[in-house]
Amino acid sequence: MMNDLRTPLARVKGLGSAKEGVSHWWSQRLSSLLLMPLVLWFGFSVASLPHASHEQLTAWISMPAVTVALVLLILTVFFHAQQGLQVVIEDYISVHWQRTTLIVLVSFLCLLLAVIGVIAVLRIALGG
Amino acid sequence: MAEFTLPANSVVKEGKSVKADPNAKNIKRFVIYRYDPASGENPRTDSYEVDLDKCGPMVLDALLKIKGEMDATLSLRRSCREGICGSCSMNIDGQNTLACTKAIDEIEGDVAIYPLPHQRVVKDLVSDLTNFYAQHASVEPWMKTDSPTPPDRERLQSKADRAKLDGLYECILCACCSTSCPSYWWNSDRYLGPAALLTAYRWIVDSRDEATGERLDQLEDPFKLYRCHTIMNCTTVCPKGLNPAKAIAETKKLMVKRRM
Repeated sequence: MMNDLRTPLARVKGLGSAKEGVSHWWSQRLSSLLLMPLVLWFGFSVASLPHASHEQLTAWISMPAVTVALVLLILTVFFHAQQGLQVVIEDYISVHWQRTTLIVLVSFLCLLLAVIGVIAVLRIALGG
Repeated sequence: MAEFTLPANSVVKEGKSVKADPNAKNIKRFVIYRYDPASGENPRTDSYEVDLDKCGPMVLDALLKIKGEMDATLSLRRSCREGICGSCSMNIDGQNTLACTKAIDEIEGDVAIYPLPHQRVVKDLVSDLTNFYAQHASVEPWMKTDSPTPPDRERLQSKADRAKLDGLYECILCACCSTSCPSYWWNSDRYLGPAALLTAYRWIVDSRDEATGERLDQLEDPFKLYRCHTIMNCTTVCPKGLNPAKAIAETKKLMVKRRM
C-alpha cells in the first residue's frame, strides 16, 4: 500500500470483473438440492445396516438402484465439497499464492476421493 | 489469512476516566475508543461520566457534550444530527449505527463507542472511508442511456417501476452495513460490500437505465459480488431500515435469470 500510488478507484476496479461466479453459485445450489434426498436416503440406509453381514452389504451395494444412487451421492458430495471449500478458502486466505495453492490442492484431493469412492462401489457392483 | 487478533500496536488499553459533577444525579458512563496514529501510542478507551439531566437524548448529544465541556481532543464526524447525512456512523453498544438517531436510554449500562470496525482509523471515532467511497464510485451510480433524452419532456417511468426504487434510493452512504459485514472485513479490497451493491442494484432495476446488462457484467465476479454469504448483518444494522442483503440476492437471481 505504501508505494501504491494508484487512485482509490483504480485499486477498487483492480483487474476488472472475472465475468464468472454465477456458474459456481448456481451449481453449488443445484448440488445441495440433489444432496438433500441422497443424504437422507444414505443416512436411513446406513442406520439400518449395522446388523448386515459382509455378503448382505455387498449384495445391497450391487443392487442397480443402490449402485446408481451411491455413485451419484459420491460424485455430488465431492463436487459440492470442492465448491464449498473453495469459497471458505477464498474468504479466509488472503495471500494470493497461498489461496491459489490451497484451492488447487483441495480440488485435486476431492477429485481423488471421488474417484476412489466410485471405483470402490463399481468394483463391488460389477464384481471386479 | 483473515486477521482474528489485533497486532501489538493496535491492542486497546484502558485510558483516563473523567468524572461528572459530584452534584449530578443522573449519570451515564461513556467508554470511548481513542486513537491518534500520529502519537505512536496504542489505542485506549477513555471513560466520561455524563450528567443526563443536562444532556440531549441521543448518543451524539452526549458525544458533543463530552467534546464541548469535558475533552476537546475527542474527534468525531457529524453534520445534520437527524439521520440524513450519514456522517456520525460509529459502533455504539456493539452495533454500527448513527450516533444522532441512537437514543441513550436504549442502552443498558455503560455506553461503549468505537469507530466503524475494520477500517483504518484517522483519529478516535473518525474512520477512513476512502476505499468505501471508491467502491461506490466504481458501480457508476448514475443513469446511463444510449437513447437521446426526449427533447420535450423527462424520461418517463411508470409508478410501478418507480416503486421498485423504494428501499434502495434512500441509502445515505454511512457505511454501517459494509463495515458490519465479515466478508467485507476479510476481503474489502475486492468485495464491493453491501452499500455499493445496494446502489448497483438501485440502477440495475431502474427502468429508465439502459446499461442493465453492462452493470451485471461488471458485478459478475467471485469477489465483487459473490463474497456475500447472506450473513445479513448489513440489514440488521442499517439505520435507515434498508435491506442490502435482499438487493444482493435479487442481483444474484438476475445473474441466473439472464443465462437460463
